[in-house]
Amino acid sequence: MVWKRRIAYINLTTGKIVVKPIPKEVRQLYLGGRGINMYLLYNHVKPEVDPLSPENCLFVGTGLLCGIPALGSGRCDIAAKSPITGGVGDSNIGGFFAPELRLAGFDHLAVSGKAEKPVYLWIDNGNIEIRDASHLWGKDTFETQDIIRKDNEDEEVKCLVIGVAGENLVRFANVRTGMKNSAGRTGMGCVMGSKNLKAIAAHGTMDIEFSHPDELLDYCREMNKMIMKTRWTRAQSRWGTLIIYSNTNTTGLVRTRNFQLNRLEEGEDLEPESMDKYTVGMSGCYGCTVHCRHRYILREGPYAPIFAEGPEYTSLGAFGTMVDCKKMETVLAANHLVNKYGLDTLETGGLIAWAMELYEKGIIDEKRTAGLKLEWGNEEVLFELITQIAHRKDFGNLLADGFKTAIAKIGKGSEYYAIQIKGMSNLHSDERPTPSLALGIATSTRGADHLRSRPAIDLYGLPEELLQEIYGAPVSSDYTSYEGKSRMVWWQELLYAVTDSIGICKFQTVFCAVHAPKWREFAKLIQLTTDMRITEAQLMEIGERIYTIERMFNLREGFSRKDDTLPERYFKEPTLTGLPIAKGKKIDKNKFEEMLNEYYTLHGWDEKGRPKKETLEKLGLDKEPSHKI
Amino acid sequence: MQKILFIDQEKCSGCRICESVCSLYHEKVCNPARGRIHIVKWETAGLYVPMVCQQCEIPLCEVVCPMHAIKRDGETGAMLIDYDLCVGCRLCVMFCPFGGINLDTKTGKVLKCDLCGGEPLCVMFCESQALQYLNATAINLRKRRAAAEKFSDLIKKMLPSV
Repeated sequence: MVWKRRIAYINLTTGKIVVKPIPKEVRQLYLGGRGINMYLLYNHVKPEVDPLSPENCLFVGTGLLCGIPALGSGRCDIAAKSPITGGVGDSNIGGFFAPELRLAGFDHLAVSGKAEKPVYLWIDNGNIEIRDASHLWGKDTFETQDIIRKDNEDEEVKCLVIGVAGENLVRFANVRTGMKNSAGRTGMGCVMGSKNLKAIAAHGTMDIEFSHPDELLDYCREMNKMIMKTRWTRAQSRWGTLIIYSNTNTTGLVRTRNFQLNRLEEGEDLEPESMDKYTVGMSGCYGCTVHCRHRYILREGPYAPIFAEGPEYTSLGAFGTMVDCKKMETVLAANHLVNKYGLDTLETGGLIAWAMELYEKGIIDEKRTAGLKLEWGNEEVLFELITQIAHRKDFGNLLADGFKTAIAKIGKGSEYYAIQIKGMSNLHSDERPTPSLALGIATSTRGADHLRSRPAIDLYGLPEELLQEIYGAPVSSDYTSYEGKSRMVWWQELLYAVTDSIGICKFQTVFCAVHAPKWREFAKLIQLTTDMRITEAQLMEIGERIYTIERMFNLREGFSRKDDTLPERYFKEPTLTGLPIAKGKKIDKNKFEEMLNEYYTLHGWDEKGRPKKETLEKLGLDKEPSHKI
Repeated sequence: MQKILFIDQEKCSGCRICESVCSLYHEKVCNPARGRIHIVKWETAGLYVPMVCQQCEIPLCEVVCPMHAIKRDGETGAMLIDYDLCVGCRLCVMFCPFGGINLDTKTGKVLKCDLCGGEPLCVMFCESQALQYLNATAINLRKRRAAAEKFSDLIKKMLPSV
């Protein structure tokens, strides 16, 4: 039966495990993955709970389409109250863990409490065991996976693990699987660490059933063809996400030296072509035809030998442009190091870049940094700080608590230089020339973040007829314009909420590729896999429900309209470099507020960003929490 | 000339789509453990090798089968199991040098690649072309061309002026 899938509630304090089915009515409202995780987060984590306390819950969820041979259907969603923002914590990870969890008999896990000593979860064909992980404590994210496989004499085991950063409760520690994949953002690895939970390991040989397997096979083939026909995907297959670097850097959309410049000069070595001398092949996540990540080897040089996978475009920023390091080799080595420790690259790079600017401005000195000279482009300092952060040593210990605490401790106007929203670092993109991208990072429910809404296709200057067709109302094709951009952000927020809930990769929907699968194709895939008939309009409403329940969670934690804003510098300092279209740009405060008003209206929220009564009624959220699961 | 399921291991991206479509097509469920093809991975070394029945010229599975239940299909060249004759002794599993025959974890049946009757789905879905369905001549030429390419690269390096 397609509907026999289950959720396991695991209490690490008592060791009690309860397994329940996930009713179809919950699926119809929230689908799976992020949607169900957000429903669980709202209902199971009580207001004002300390994110590091046993009362916080960690939710692991597979998408509704998990397992299909298309569109990167192996995405796994990990959620909890965030130790960085105090609001919605939610991070999405590719790789092979989600299908393995499903093959092992579970769709969702809800982990509460705190184990007395380090443990890991062993999940095997319908059974869950809490096992001792004392021998894994202190091991890096790669070693941990290898040891678990060896211990169980099973090479097929897939694991979600934390590194020493998670053990040491670094607030932005991540959760990792395989060589490359990270649930990077919002500190989910820190929550695992706070529960003494080192890993979740799964291996299963149970069937994943679909309602119409033969038609599904044909349609999956059609979907893979559709996505591989797009130029973006073909480029990504060759260069990975590094392909974004050339265009954005030339245009002037890349923050450099924290936020001083919007283009890295003489940064040719960070161009995607540089990867050729390190790459030995590409590698893909489960069910993905794109395979966007490099398998690379550093054979010589100061950091050799390293075999690893990646790096993402965002790591080029974190350990390249933002800290003014201009060598691919440095980025590759730093990328590997944070992966070993289990740190979020974006948050780590963002904090180090901020500290370097504070050092330059004289806001912090060597007394504060325990002798470290935080000069731009100083590789030694970069590697030292990464290690200090992971081990909570010296100056790194201050940064390990994230922006909110570090700003409070340093004071002296340091907040002005922090490129963060709701306490979470932005990636290395500079959104001053692009109002749609700027609005998106401001409204994101998990803090400064591009993966809640980024309408990357805005940068293509598409014909307005096409934009109207996609977004359902007029949208300017000029990416520096404010016209229609609130609609773009709203629409993308709904699309990504659904994408994360059916569990496919964002790169295989309308994110960077225009002619990619979206509502209609999603509806058909849902019908073929589960026999649920959901219209395109209903799918958008599900996206609205998920985004609104996230909003409700944040409002309950004290967030309000004032938190949906940009770092002050976006409004004050115009961009200094880039193409003429991107030069001299800053965000107009009044126009920004106007966009925000339009955005709230589109969501059915009031001018303070609170969902209106009729919106809650329409979405069935007025009776929450309903505790159906 | 019969076609051959050809594996170019270097192109495999490890996405497991072949495993998933194989089980979906044959067993109507997604379950790599019940598929006929398997990507063997050494994740931390970045090595992925798709393993599947090679439809050998001298098939040990056929030789050892006490029930004569494994026979070659005249059209596709695939070695096929006649389940009316098979008693599930698993000798074929034991003797296959590649692990090309596996056990269905649910039914206990032995499973092997049947080339989907001449249109292998794994090949159809393999975007990186690590799996190809080619005639033997094409495979020979392709291998030689690839080797020659490496050779000419080497010559270019030795004679920088060329």
